[in-house]
Amino acid sequence: MERYCTLDRLPPGMSARVIGIETDGDMRRRFMDMGLIRGTAVECVGRSPGGDPSAYLIRGAVIAIRSEDTKSIQVTAETGGE
Amino acid sequence: MGLTKHSTGSALAGTEPGIRRGPSDRLVALAGNPNVGKSSVFNALTGMNQHTGNWPGKTVAVAHGRCRTDRAEYTLVDLPGSYSLIARSPEEALTRDFICFDSPDAVIVVCDATCLERGLNLALQTMETSPRVLLCVNLMDEARRKRIAVDLDTLSEKLGVPVVGTSARDKRGLSALTEALDALTESPVPAKHCRPRYCGEIERAIAAVEPVVRELSPTGLDSRWLSLRLLDGDEALISGLKSRCGIELLKDTGLKSALNSARAQLEREGISPAGLSDRIVSATVGAAEDICSGVITYESSGYSGFDRRADRIITGRHTAYPLMLLLLAFIFWLTISGADYPTQLLSDVLFRIQDALSLLFRRAGAPEWLHGLLVMGVYRVLAWVISVMLPPMALFFPLFTILEDLGYLPRVAYNLDRPFKRCCACGKQALTM
Repeated sequence: MERYCTLDRLPPGMSARVIGIETDGDMRRRFMDMGLIRGTAVECVGRSPGGDPSAYLIRGAVIAIRSEDTKSIQVTAETGGE
Repeated sequence: MGLTKHSTGSALAGTEPGIRRGPSDRLVALAGNPNVGKSSVFNALTGMNQHTGNWPGKTVAVAHGRCRTDRAEYTLVDLPGSYSLIARSPEEALTRDFICFDSPDAVIVVCDATCLERGLNLALQTMETSPRVLLCVNLMDEARRKRIAVDLDTLSEKLGVPVVGTSARDKRGLSALTEALDALTESPVPAKHCRPRYCGEIERAIAAVEPVVRELSPTGLDSRWLSLRLLDGDEALISGLKSRCGIELLKDTGLKSALNSARAQLEREGISPAGLSDRIVSATVGAAEDICSGVITYESSGYSGFDRRADRIITGRHTAYPLMLLLLAFIFWLTISGADYPTQLLSDVLFRIQDALSLLFRRAGAPEWLHGLLVMGVYRVLAWVISVMLPPMALFFPLFTILEDLGYLPRVAYNLDRPFKRCCACGKQALTM
């Protein structure tokens, strides 16, 4: 079963694969620098106590990103983690 | 963020533009992502022999220092941490400009062994522009601790550049690094190394533009890479070329028409300018991914069980804030109570000296106003300030550095981002407070 959503809606503990990034300019370049491109596996590993930002495991690095930025990343959730 | 000699000491007062460099020194640039221990590699190689200088025309401070091996002397330049040579910030622009325009004899790209793929991205980009690249895989001890195995020989074979594993904090692997550096800078013909291949359309566009670019570009600059950057419309690079080399590429009508027709062809083949940028980045990221598979083996998942459990508490919804307050309170308590004893000791010693000074002044028959001014005024104030301020500072900064090394500070920034954002700031600024 596959579900499509934006990365900010991915609950902690779940993994997903990037299908597209819908933003331009600096933020897009930053995502690319992190290696966040089409097909990249991402796992949400936690939310900050305030509820935002969330921490993501991307290519072996844990990175915190605010939901206003992850809203523009579209993913397909993989059920059952990795 | 710890206070180092060169960020506080006399070197700061004596900042000078450019780099000081012996005539026969080989120029070596150190590049790498932020927080991969680039500066510890730099410090370990140069020892105390380093200076901080502002770059000409830039406000970004760059440390440089000298390092001597049995066979040569090097001037090492510690470039600001960056993720990409397609520069976005002034620091990244400086890194790019140095690698492209100052034609260093070699570039050492420092990577984090626990997070190699991300570092390889920069390494691959550097290899596109520089003929002599050395990959330094740092934090090997950390990788071992996290049960990540890195096959350095295979990595070197796949990349086509020398690869050395180090743990710079413990000064391990550094002799291998300097040996590799000697060998690399002495090799007459630049080694053939791996370059990302782009899709057919882009390769054809590069091939169409490259001959024109080769005619115009300054020596030492890789024409294939420059062609690609020009196709991608890298404004910052074009203005950098103009200011550093006095070359205005886009004034050339031949190049302009070649670029325009190549871009038009790409557009016809369905690759828009934005699509082109994406494909270029994807090619490098994809190449890094390919190279890493088969080089890195995780015995556990990359973000290991212990870190994961610790983070669940440190950044947990109910535990994060109480833990943070407790920890900060503990540090303040330790600083204040721990400083009591040395303060007492310092003030005892310093005031005993004051008594001796008073005695000296009276014996010498100095007028009372001079004694009052120098001893009771200047010396006494200084003694108070030192005995009250020095011990807490000498305790607080090391404690803070320990927290930083443990990786607690970024987690504080993470925890506090939401409340700080409400005040139109970001979590990082919590640390300044």
